[in-house]
Amino acid sequence: MITAREEKLNYLTADYGVKSWLLTVDHKRIALLYLATITLFFFLGGAFAVLIRLELLTPAGDLVQSQTYNKLFTMHGVIMVFFFLIPAVPAVLGNFLVPLMIGARDLAFPRLNLASWYIFVIGGTLSILAAILGGVDTGWTFYTPYSSTYSNTYVMITAVGIFITGFASILTGLNFIVTIHRMRAPGLTWFRMPLFIWANYAASLIMVLGTPVVAVTILLVGVERAFGLCIFNPNCGGDPVLFQHLFWFYSHPAVYIMILPTMGVISELVAACTRKQIFGYKLVAMASVAIAVLGFLVWGHHLFVSGQSVYAGLVFSFLSYAVGIPSAVKVFNWTATLYKGANTYQTPMLYAFGFIGLFTIGGLTGLMLAATGLDVHVHDTYFVVAHFHYIMVGGAIMGYLGGMHFWWPKMTGRMYPELPAKLSALVIFVGFNLTFFPQFLLGYLGMPRRYHAYPEEFQVLNVMSTAGASVLAFGYALPMFYFVWSLRYGQRVGNNPWGAKGLEWLTSSPPPTHNFDVTPIVTEPAYAYAAEEGAEIVHT
Amino acid sequence: MGSRLPLFPEQGSALAGEVDTFYFFMLAVSAFFSVLIAGLVIYFAVRYRRRSENQRGEAIHGGMTLEIAWMVIPFFLTMIMFFWSAKLFVRISRPPDDAMEIYAVGKQWMWKLQHKEGQREINELHIPLGQAVRLKMTSEDVIHSFYVPVFRTKMDVLPGRYTTTWFKPTKTGKFHLFCAEYCGTKHSGMIGWVHVMEPNEYQAWLAGGAEEGTLATRGSKLFQDLACINCHRPDGKGRGPSLEGLFGDRIDLEDGEKAVVDEGYLRESILSPQARLAKGYPPIMPTFQGLVTEDQLLQLIEYIKNTEKKTKPGAAPAAKR
Ligand code: HEC
Ligand SMILES: [Cu+2]
Ligand SMILES: [Cu+2]
Repeated sequence: MITAREEKLNYLTADYGVKSWLLTVDHKRIALLYLATITLFFFLGGAFAVLIRLELLTPAGDLVQSQTYNKLFTMHGVIMVFFFLIPAVPAVLGNFLVPLMIGARDLAFPRLNLASWYIFVIGGTLSILAAILGGVDTGWTFYTPYSSTYSNTYVMITAVGIFITGFASILTGLNFIVTIHRMRAPGLTWFRMPLFIWANYAASLIMVLGTPVVAVTILLVGVERAFGLCIFNPNCGGDPVLFQHLFWFYSHPAVYIMILPTMGVISELVAACTRKQIFGYKLVAMASVAIAVLGFLVWGHHLFVSGQSVYAGLVFSFLSYAVGIPSAVKVFNWTATLYKGANTYQTPMLYAFGFIGLFTIGGLTGLMLAATGLDVHVHDTYFVVAHFHYIMVGGAIMGYLGGMHFWWPKMTGRMYPELPAKLSALVIFVGFNLTFFPQFLLGYLGMPRRYHAYPEEFQVLNVMSTAGASVLAFGYALPMFYFVWSLRYGQRVGNNPWGAKGLEWLTSSPPPTHNFDVTPIVTEPAYAYAAEEGAEIVHT
Repeated sequence: MGSRLPLFPEQGSALAGEVDTFYFFMLAVSAFFSVLIAGLVIYFAVRYRRRSENQRGEAIHGGMTLEIAWMVIPFFLTMIMFFWSAKLFVRISRPPDDAMEIYAVGKQWMWKLQHKEGQREINELHIPLGQAVRLKMTSEDVIHSFYVPVFRTKMDVLPGRYTTTWFKPTKTGKFHLFCAEYCGTKHSGMIGWVHVMEPNEYQAWLAGGAEEGTLATRGSKLFQDLACINCHRPDGKGRGPSLEGLFGDRIDLEDGEKAVVDEGYLRESILSPQARLAKGYPPIMPTFQGLVTEDQLLQLIEYIKNTEKKTKPGAAPAAKR
């Protein structure tokens, strides 16, 4: 007789105690470790953002001192980019889902996976230490020679923190690539893989190939600071612009580390909420790979006015347009998937709609920034700030939260409450636009970024932005509460509360430690919702 | 609280209007696609909403024609964007030949501007209406960026190098000058004004200051004070080459290469003389790194630019800007 007490063990109940968590090699538990850590970082980075927006309420720099303000936006950027956005989707959702979605028991290197979390924590701790000691004021971009010669803040500790964290990213990427190559369930051919797997595969390529470059770049800054070697300092033969090339060679693709896995999430959400195969599955899969490859060739669009030659500027502009096409394709394909779907308005779908909206605006304004002649005017203004927040915050966090809602029942075995969740999606969407749309106007008017004080005529738009930010902050805080609430009071769910396709929905919620009692055998393409889509169907 | 709510910047140069036209084109394309996507998403979401718990979507997997269409149409649109903006960019990057030259030096946290006639200003730049102005810029410390929104131009100001920007004002008045590249503590205080004046007022303004003489005179004084003159004698009989009328020449270097004498080359010759040696001369010139300021360097360069080729027999005087 099975009673409620003797319920089947799952990965959460398999073992108890702090040690069982800190020494776990279960990818699902490691995903939760990452989740806890990056959530902490998100609210820390968010707190800095609140102070920034408060300071900008008035034209005069009156809330904090200039240098404090500079430290605030630097630490906001460093924490949000390196310690939240880059790990968010891959290290949390990817870690949890990659093995489940391909029918594997774990990632290829479970210990390496745990090591990556420790490395991440060490790097993060160092960066927080730098903040506690007094902070760093170089901007998250660390442009030389300011960072290498002039700044007398805690550049070194922060740099070492980021350097170390890079290895966490490399290990995760490596783990995903090997896992996806070697551990797919029988019958799961490449073109039967869920698009989330394709997207994480593409992002992993960037993590493995790109991260070493930024690590070396940061190391060079450190070496120049510590030993006075002349790498970027022009007074003794160095080249300050070299840094920008090296930095953006990683940091442009890094945007795709954030956005590609998020696009993967959106594909899953759209498929499940329309109960339909993604329109042009192969094209979307290939678009991910194309973005990853082309993304490495466009770094120079950050340097149109940095003294790079006019011809180099034109080439980088052209290539930036090229990388825009596969992104546009994805948006069109998601939209087309809705045609004749069985569409719901459940929370994950609302987040997916939000993503499509914000990503479209972010992408279109990206086309404006890729336009050399126009970028000269808006480069380094609030236009750029607005643009990348639409992509990396609007887009990426919308997708991340959408994914969190969609897989929350799988992770915890319980459903979040639908009404507040729908509210959060709406509040975030509205709050986000209120915060960042005025910044496009500010940018075109000419307000430079990273300004502690600003001329009076920019005030009204800044006040609007700050007002929006308070709505946004409420929207971001909301899920925190009901997610925690649902851990205890949420409705219990079965294996597949959404009626979705995908191997992760075959196993119990939460899954057992080894994911599947029997290894699943795949006989159909991804998202084979329609009745006649049997094992034999071959299509485009 | 400032109650003004400007939504669009003034146009202070001919280029500004053209940049704005392109911007409106981009806005139109963006609005079209945003509305298209949002419209379709909402329409499909409502029209094909799930009506029963077990309903499934139709078996539609894709459509070649459609997919090709939405790769090809955006591609052509982006190519229009690329070529149009490239045309603007080339114009923004190439100052016209008749531009008058002003020197700018950025340092934490101020702009220093020097007119050839001798006026020097800090965080203010006076220029005449309708006259193209070319700025030759450098930085004493970190990277700054010279940005005048009403002209829609911006150019980074780099230490150790000269960069150029230009504009042709079409409107008199007082306009913001910003440093756009983050440069440390008082970055947001590195701002100033560009005053565009009627040409006759500008002439009056020019006549006002400059007790110390033109830039070139100051350069020539430095040339003597720093003892450059001892080696670089105008008659060419010193230990170093004569610098008269050197600017703009293509010269031979010791290692067999050639070099065009521009501001960058002169700068390098004074700060790291051994980097590129003039052919036939020993490497005896001392470095002046740390001995001359960026301002003085520009004065020396301006002086060398203004000298005439008079001692080299047979050589025609080089055309001067
Ligand atoms: C000790 C003698 C000496 C002094 C003093 C000296 N120079 Fe020179 N300079 C030379 C010699 C020799 C060369 C040619 C070899 C070379 O390129 O370094 C030269 C080359 C140059 C060149 C490059 C000319 C070319 O044809 O390539 C410039 C420009 C120049 N000097 C400027 C200056 C200025 C400005 C000063 C004063 C601040 C100065 N020099 C002081 C000896 C001197
Ligand atoms: Cu980029
Ligand atoms: Cu500056």
